[in-house]
Amino acid sequence: MSSEPNSILPLELDEVGYTVAGRSLLDGISARLEAGSRTIVLGPNGAGKSLLLRLCHGLLVPSSGWVRWGGGGHSLAGEVTARRQAMVFQRPVLLRRSVVANIRYVLALAGIARRRRQALAMDSLSRFGLRDLAFRPARVLSGGEQQRLALARAWVVEPDVLFLDEPTSSLDPAATLAVEMAIQDFHAAGTKIVMTTHDLGQARRLADEVLFLSRGRLVEVSPAARFFKGPASAQARAFLAGELVC
Amino acid sequence: MHDITAALATALHLVAALDPQMMNIVRLSLLVSGSAVILAALIGLPLGAALALGSFPGRGVVVVLINAFMGLPPVVVGLAVYLLLSRAGPLGPFGLLFTPTAMVVAQTLLVLPIIAALARQVVADLWEEYGEQLRSLGARQPGVTGTLLWDGRFSLLTAVLAGFGRAAAEVGAVMIVGGNIAGVTRTMTTAIALETSKGDLPLALGLGLILIGLVTAVNAAVFMLGRWAKGRMG
Repeated sequence: MSSEPNSILPLELDEVGYTVAGRSLLDGISARLEAGSRTIVLGPNGAGKSLLLRLCHGLLVPSSGWVRWGGGGHSLAGEVTARRQAMVFQRPVLLRRSVVANIRYVLALAGIARRRRQALAMDSLSRFGLRDLAFRPARVLSGGEQQRLALARAWVVEPDVLFLDEPTSSLDPAATLAVEMAIQDFHAAGTKIVMTTHDLGQARRLADEVLFLSRGRLVEVSPAARFFKGPASAQARAFLAGELVC
Repeated sequence: MHDITAALATALHLVAALDPQMMNIVRLSLLVSGSAVILAALIGLPLGAALALGSFPGRGVVVVLINAFMGLPPVVVGLAVYLLLSRAGPLGPFGLLFTPTAMVVAQTLLVLPIIAALARQVVADLWEEYGEQLRSLGARQPGVTGTLLWDGRFSLLTAVLAGFGRAAAEVGAVMIVGGNIAGVTRTMTTAIALETSKGDLPLALGLGLILIGLVTAVNAAVFMLGRWAKGRMG
């Protein structure tokens, strides 16, 4: 479609706040997320990392401030941005149907013609090593396989940006490695990665840029190399030191 | 005691011989209750889903009413349908009173709240689990309703089955709007009531055995289907 931009990025957060029942969970978040790079959101439990991802993805509406796509001062239309992003959750929700039918479901939502869906779905399954499981019920897959299916499901819509919320927190090392490789595939294909994790080793392996949150505020935005060598903020230093000790 | 064993023996004989008069009654019962449950499911499943997912004024009132109506006394439903269909009633000109159609209508009304209320619960629970993921995938109404109903199909089958049990077992509604006319509107339950009062215990007992056997068989089938599905689909 020629009227559509090549990418819905950058994503701009302008003084974004989120309040529930008078309690401020996120406050004054301003940031600009550029296309291409891998942004890892770090911070202690309860800092608001998952919340931030949901606000960016549009699952939640900020109580104050703005989330804008496209970087033109005004945001792109919601219908355009919604179908060019995808999210992988900590525990993927798979439909009670076969593995390949789960992918076809997303292709149908994306308006892909019925006769093309099966082939596209199988291609995506092959890429994530799930082709042999295509006709198994999705819900009986192992945790690692389910998460790979969630990634394959995101892959078929060719998103400009992929949000991942602690995607490996309940997986064993082998499954974690598979997910990290998949994330690198997305990155190589030009998809912007925005991911939360509490695994600092994983953050070091994947991050180009770190957003560090603490108590609902964005404390630090740094290139990954600089962040891990010597974070600018006291909170981040304490966080890195604390995490390494535990 | 002797009477009961003799009646039981005759009843078993009737069942084993597939007595034609009895089989007619069984057939009509299944037809009426089966049609009512299918109709109630066609209305009740989407209605339950709408109550689970929609937000519209008066929704809370409807939910309370539907839950309350799960325990509607069959005779009251029968009376209401009787008034609607009787010659002086608003639907009198259709001449449906004392026909199987009237019985289907009454049982549909009786079963609808059960199916709708259980479906609402099933779909609400599923939405709790699926909501964020489906919104992330870009699913919209009415597709979301279809997705949730399909993913809840095994639980919903249990809801529909509860409706069938209710319909097959009730006597008050079909008695009032059907009239218990031999060969036309006589069902298992109305026949049992009639034959008992006439003192023909073997036929009553035979029908009772069949009724219990049918309801048990249907439940067993769905139970096994559910267990098989849980193992297969997770």
